[in-house]
Order: sequence, then structure tokens, then C-alpha cells
Amino acid sequence: MSMRQMELEVMRYDPEQDDEPHFQSYSVPCEDDWAILDALNYVKENIDTTLAYRWSCHMMVCGSCGMMVNGEPSLTCKTFIRDLPDKVRIEPLENFPIERDLVVVLDDVMEKLRMAKPFIIRHDEPPPEDQEYTQSRAALYKFKQYTMCVNCMCCYAACPQYALDSSFIGPAVLALAHRYNIDSRDQGKSERLDLLADHDGVWECSFVGACSEVCPKSVDPAAAVQQMKIDGAKEWWKQKLGGGKS
Amino acid sequence: MSRQPYVRPVSKTTWYMRNGRYRKYMLREVTCLLVGVYCFLTIWALAALAAGADTWNGFLASQQNTVMVVFHAFALVYFLIYQAFDWFKLAPKAMPVQLGEKKLPDRYIIIAHYVAWAFVSLFVFWLTGVI
Amino acid sequence: MEKITADVVIVGAGGAGLRAAIAIAESDPDLDVALISKVYPMRSHTCAAEGGAAGVKGADDSLENHFHDTVSGGDWLCDQEVVEYFVNQAPRELVQLEHWGCPWSREDDGSVAVRPFGGMKKKRTWYAADKSGFHILHTLFQTSLQFPTIKRFDEYFALELLHKNGKCRGVVAMEMRSGRFFSFQSSVVIMATGGGGQCFPFTTNGAIKTGDGMAMAYRAGVPLKDMEFVQYHPTGLPGTGILLTEGCRGEGGILVNKDGRRYLQDYGMGPETPVGEPVLKTMELGPRDRLSQAFWHEQKKGNTVETPWGDCVLLDMRHLGEKKINERLPLVRELASSYVGHDPVTDPVPVRPVIHFMMGGIDSNLNGETPMPGLFAIGETACSGLHGANRLGSNSLTDLLVSGRRSAERAAEYARKAGEIPEDPAMTAQSEDVVTAIRELLQQSGGGESIAGIRREMKSTLEEGAGIYRDEEGTLKACEKIAELRGRYGKIEVHDKSNVFNTDLQQALELRNLLDIAETVAEASLERRESRGAHQRLDHVERDDEHFLKHSLAYRQPDGRPRIDWLDVTITRSKPGVRDYSGGKSE
Repeated sequence: MSMRQMELEVMRYDPEQDDEPHFQSYSVPCEDDWAILDALNYVKENIDTTLAYRWSCHMMVCGSCGMMVNGEPSLTCKTFIRDLPDKVRIEPLENFPIERDLVVVLDDVMEKLRMAKPFIIRHDEPPPEDQEYTQSRAALYKFKQYTMCVNCMCCYAACPQYALDSSFIGPAVLALAHRYNIDSRDQGKSERLDLLADHDGVWECSFVGACSEVCPKSVDPAAAVQQMKIDGAKEWWKQKLGGGKS
Repeated sequence: MSRQPYVRPVSKTTWYMRNGRYRKYMLREVTCLLVGVYCFLTIWALAALAAGADTWNGFLASQQNTVMVVFHAFALVYFLIYQAFDWFKLAPKAMPVQLGEKKLPDRYIIIAHYVAWAFVSLFVFWLTGVI
Repeated sequence: MEKITADVVIVGAGGAGLRAAIAIAESDPDLDVALISKVYPMRSHTCAAEGGAAGVKGADDSLENHFHDTVSGGDWLCDQEVVEYFVNQAPRELVQLEHWGCPWSREDDGSVAVRPFGGMKKKRTWYAADKSGFHILHTLFQTSLQFPTIKRFDEYFALELLHKNGKCRGVVAMEMRSGRFFSFQSSVVIMATGGGGQCFPFTTNGAIKTGDGMAMAYRAGVPLKDMEFVQYHPTGLPGTGILLTEGCRGEGGILVNKDGRRYLQDYGMGPETPVGEPVLKTMELGPRDRLSQAFWHEQKKGNTVETPWGDCVLLDMRHLGEKKINERLPLVRELASSYVGHDPVTDPVPVRPVIHFMMGGIDSNLNGETPMPGLFAIGETACSGLHGANRLGSNSLTDLLVSGRRSAERAAEYARKAGEIPEDPAMTAQSEDVVTAIRELLQQSGGGESIAGIRREMKSTLEEGAGIYRDEEGTLKACEKIAELRGRYGKIEVHDKSNVFNTDLQQALELRNLLDIAETVAEASLERRESRGAHQRLDHVERDDEHFLKHSLAYRQPDGRPRIDWLDVTITRSKPGVRDYSGGKSE
């Protein structure tokens, strides 16, 4: 396996030392098949143990290692150096406050997750404890894509709406609410509607589409949001015409 | 000591210069200016029509100088790119069609939009006597 | 230091911890639950499990079958009353998860689908494509959000247990983002911190799996059980150690050596079955220990394939076709294509055995109770005696649910009996001592040892001394070396002095945990002079039921070294016999 010398320009910020972030350069001998995360781990082990960043699974499912790589929100375990120039700039995810180096504060989105009521809500009794719901594969595929979100928050880093006004609920959380809304086992759509149709909900989205373009798991939150807009509009008309909640 | 999260500033006026994706989005959004101009033109046209044949002919003449022709041509192309093409490309996201266990490929939904657009255009041309 | 009291403290918010938290919140809304986790819950390593979760489903299967598969798979080191309870509860827990919204894959009739798995006589592995663990974790996490009594402490790193008069009294933890220390005082602590695969160099385990809960319990005087049993998963990607699920073989993938021979037939798992028509408990659907051992022999014989990342065998899935691979194994395709550049649709994928799971852990029972009253342990961090000497694939995800709920019931009962947490200066003092030790570690300098250096040596030591095959000399050397490393640990230097998200300090503390459990792995491997399940000794090649049909217990001695003791295995109705993976040909 051949080696390649890469220059990583990494954003550093230690609130106990620095007033604002700055860049630090590391020259890293990389193997061809490395991901950016491997290069960061090399730095941590061999050059500078003080560098702080989150990571765990190194297989694209835990969602910890989202960062800006050359300005693009990316999961660094699946961003390969073979696809990058010799000089790479690594920053913490945009649109989030920086806690330390490449670690951002995620409180806001974590709290919003709860607001989406991302769990099965039933009005009818569920089946008995030894009996599953029947769900056709067609019904499963309808929402399956939206279950793939790893909460890496790359979509929030890409969303200009969230950048300008962080009260916007944002792509991943809206997609998650949609995932439950269209799950054949769920009956909680009307309970999620108020929040989602609110000022900070789907109508705050102006369909830039950046969230879907950067999503490392092809969840396509922009699609979920547009579908929710249509649902919301339909619901509004129903109420206007039918005079009550359907 | 201890925590002091750093919030990177976001410019309210130039944020869209941050990357190409946002710039493209803004180009799409500024079609609203052209829509505004056309609203004005329509109102002007209606007023001219109401005021009589002379005024109406004056209005038509005012649209036939080079500047206005270039403007209309520009607007047509701009609308084509940033309203028709762009929105049709996004349509499958808003209106996915699932047939059993498969999703209808995006291109069919996009093509359907173009076909519908062509029909509507033909209808309008027919209505206005162009064809 | 801030003090937080809770009726129940759960350390670890993976599958087991979340399941326990939900069970308590559901059953008794008067109990406060403090759910402490080193990472955000959805980062927990449950997310990396791919293949599925076992539970009897379908008329042609029976609890009896699942029981016998598990016990023989575990080479009769399983505690059979635990297995009995587990197989009974498994279907109910998996249905519960379905009711909570888990996107299980489906049959044509809309019922949940099951797939074949290694060592299982019938198809009983519930799956959600090849991201079963991911979906289980997210379903549990999202479901947990509806319970206001579950108070989460995300990115709090648990450091030490608090205990008094032999009873558990809480845990000390550090908030990563502020560096502040918290004394969580409670009469009940449920450990759900996962395994410690990171003490080996080549593992499917994420960076967070550093055996923290095991080490905390061990230092508090609780024994670690069966630590010599460490499972190699036979199909990891070379280089990174990324897992390729057993589902690859369950769906019909085959393993071949450099000559294209399906070598498993040469290791008691034949006769060869037709390609693409997997036969349960035969060939590629043998248990993980046997498959990994077969690789070792193939490597010795020179039958493996040389790759840039070392010796491998090939996992061939081409005959499954693109459609099936995309539907059932999409993550496998993505991982193999991205990390080793082999698309399973068009190429065989190089694989090799990789450290995957610790059968051993904190000594616990069916209820999750440990020898320390008030301390419970569940999931991979526990050793309830379910998995014995070798875990069957897809039993562990189910175990998270079964042990999570069961221990929650018992823990809630214990907490209610214990009542209010009394103000106790001794606990505060104990907490202060923990903090003082960490501050000293942070201050010390000039010792000349590096965290990464000691970690590397520990990892290679364990692989050499306690790998797929072991012997007296190798394990003894490993014991000495790890004891030496533990000594040298005293001279490490933490360069990062910041209070905010100090991952340098975190890695130093994780290394201490890893060294503690690595030493128990080496020591127990030395003392078990027989071959059983995942523990294979070149100098004691036979299973020895007369002397070793026992669990090992590793106790920490005052000098820090482990002492090994033994505990009888509970056998109810399955007497030790021969593990048969010849497709029933030898029956």
C-alpha cells in the first residue's frame, strides 16, 4: 500500500486558552485507503494528543464524526483521502456553537428530537404482546428511507435556514417526524401537526435542498419536508372545508 | 475557566456567498424580482387597455424597443432555467409515487411535468390565437 | 463537586441501558432514572450490530430448539436456567420492539421475516436488512423520549463506583464538556456499558468500547466472570476490522480459500452444501468459534490469500445477485466497496477473523444481580451465563432486551425497598478521592510513557498471548507483560490540561480500564487448561468437563493482579455432549 503525505488544516479552539478559533496544520503520512478519520486518529496518536473530536464506530452508522471537510459537511469515516487534494481543511460542523476543537454543541437538536414525538402513538389498542402488527413490504418501504438517519447533523450544518434562525426545527428532526407520520402502525400524525405546521416547522424551509445533497445516508430530508408541506396544506383545506379535524 | 462555546458569525446579508449551492438557490429565489416586474407590467397593460386603443397601442410600442425585448428574452430564459427546470427537477421529492414495493423512478415524474407543461402552453397558445 | 440523587442510575445508554430505562419508566413513574452515557445514546455501539436478533418464530421452531442451540453453541458453559428464561422471553421482547416501531424486514404476508444464522437449527433471526442493531437502538432511543422520568446525562464519563459496607451506592462521573465531576448517589446502579474489544488490536468494536463498566465493578471488588472467552467473528474486513454480518452467510454467501475450496468441510463442518442453498448448522452456518479456528488452520497451511492488509480468506456472495444483496445486505455492499474496494456483487470480498464480543463480564445472574447488592449488570458488560463459552450470533441483541427488562424489574423493586437516599458524608468523601486521583493524573509529567504507546503494546500482547489459539507459555508471557504495562501506566503524561472535552484525559482513563480487563482475559486464559468454545489451548486440546465445567471468576487483589476462582455451572436438563455441526450427518 502506498503512502501519501497530506496536509490537514484543522480548526482548533480551546475556550480556556483562545478567544476565537484558529487553524493548525498537521502533515500526515496517509495510506491510500484511509478516510479522513484515520488521518485525524494518526494526529491524535502520533503528533498532538490534545486534538479533540468525536468518533466511535468507523463504519458509517454511529454518526459521531460529522465535520466540515473542505467546506462540505461530511462523515469523516466515509470521506476518503483518495477523493481529496493534498491539502484538506477540517472544521467543526457549521451552524453549531464550537465546544472545543472539532466538537460542537448539539443541545439544540437533541431537544428538538423530543419535540417531534418520534415514537409510535396509538389511539386504538395495539395488538396483544405476542402478536405483531402486519405491515406489507410496500408500507415498510414507504418510510424506510427516513429511518436511516444516523443523526450526524450534517444536514443542519448545510441548512442556511437553520444558520439564519436556529429556532427552525430543521431537516433531520422533521424527517424523523415524517417517518412516524407515514408508518402504517402510527396514529399520531395530528399530534405532530401543530408543532410541524408552526412557524418554526416545515414552512420555514425554503427548499434549498442542501440537506439532502450532503446527507451521507441518502435520507433526503428535503423530500420529507416538502411532503409534509403538502400534507399540512391538505389538512388545512380539509379543516376549512370540513369544519373540523379529520 | 471552563465552557465558553464559540458561535461563528453568520452574515444576514452575504450568507449565500458561502458556497455554490447557496448561490444557485439565490439565483432561483431572485426570480421573484422578475415576477414582480411582470406583475407591474400586467397592471400597466390592463390600465392601458381600459384607457382605450391609443393608450394600449402606446403600451405595446413601449415593449418593442431593444431594451425591453432583451429584457423579455432574458426573463424567458431565466424562468425556464430557474423555475421550470429547477422546480421540475425537485418535483419527485415533493410528490414521490410508490408502486407496490418500488418507487417510480424520478425521471417519469419529471417527464410528466414537462408533458403537462406542454399541454398547458398549447392550450394558452390556442386560447390567444397564436396557433 | 455536584451531587445528584436518583432512584436508579443506569450507566450506558445502548440497547440494554435504554431498554432498562424504559422498563422502569413504564412500570413505575415515581422512580427517577438517571441515564448516564459516555456518548449520545444513538452513538452507542449497539448501532453497529448488523445481522439480527434471535427469538423463536414460526410453527416449525420451538423454545426447546433455541435452548439447545444456545447451550451447545456455548459448549455447555451456559447457565441453563438463564438460557431457559432467555429463550422464553425473547419472542415477547422482539414483538414489543415491533410495537415500538422497529422497521423489521417483512415476509410477503406482512409478518416479520426471519433469516438463518450460524449455529441455529431453525430460521429465527429477526432482522432489519443488515442494520438490525442500528434500528433497535434508534427505536429504543426514540421510544425513551416519551418518558419524562428518564433524565439523561449524555457525554458523562463514568469513573468509579461508590460503595459502602459491600453495597453499591452510586457512581462518580465527569461531564465531558465542562470537566466537572458529579457524584451520582443511588442505592441502585445498573451497568450497561458494553464490552471491551478495544483491548485487542483488530476489532469490530468502536472506539468507545473500553470495558469501563467491567473495570469499575472489578476495582470495586466484584469479580469478572469467564473473561477468557472472547469471540472472534469470522468475517471482518481486513485493515479496519469492520464487521460483515453473519447474515452474509445466512443469505447464502460462502467462504473459500486461495484455491477456491470451501475449506470449512475440512474442519468438521461438512459435508459441503450446494452453493447458494445454505443448510442450517452446517458449513458457513457453523458457529463463530469453529469458523474462526478454521481460518487459523488455513493460515498455518498457507491456504489463505495474501492481501495488502495481511492474510485473508474470501467471502463470495456473487451468486446472491445484485437484487438480493441490495435488499438484504445493503450496508455490507457499501462497506466492502468503500473500505476494501471489492463490490460483493462482482467480487469475492477478503475477510479474516476479528475480535467481536466478550462472552465474559461482570458476574451476574438471570436477574442482572451481581455479588454486590444494588449493583446490576446487563448486556455485553455482564456475564449472566447466557452465552457460555461461545455466543451464537443474534443472541446478544435479544439479550440486551431480555436482560434489560428483567434487571429493571428487579432494580425497581430494590430501589423501592431502599427508599430515600440518605445524606452520607462518606460517599461525598469517596467521590472526592476519585476526583483527587484524576487531578493528580492530569498534573503529573516527566514520566516519559505515552498513552498510545502503552495501548499499542497492550493490544499486541493480548493478540499474541490470548488470540484464537493459546498456550501456557504465551498466556503467561501476556500476564507478565500486562502487569508490567499497568506499572508503566503510572508514568504516562496527559498533555491536554483543558477542562473542556478533554479526550486526552478520557483516553488515559479508558486505557486504565482496558489494562484492568486485559489482565483478567490473560490470567483466566492461563488458568483454564482445557479447550472449550472460543478458548482453545494448543497444549490442552480437549474439553475437560471434570475440571473445567466451571465459570472462572477474576477477583482483583490488593496489588492489582487478578486472582482466579471457579464457580459451578448450572445445568438443568442438557448434559454436556458433542457439538455437532455436520448437518445432522453424525446423529
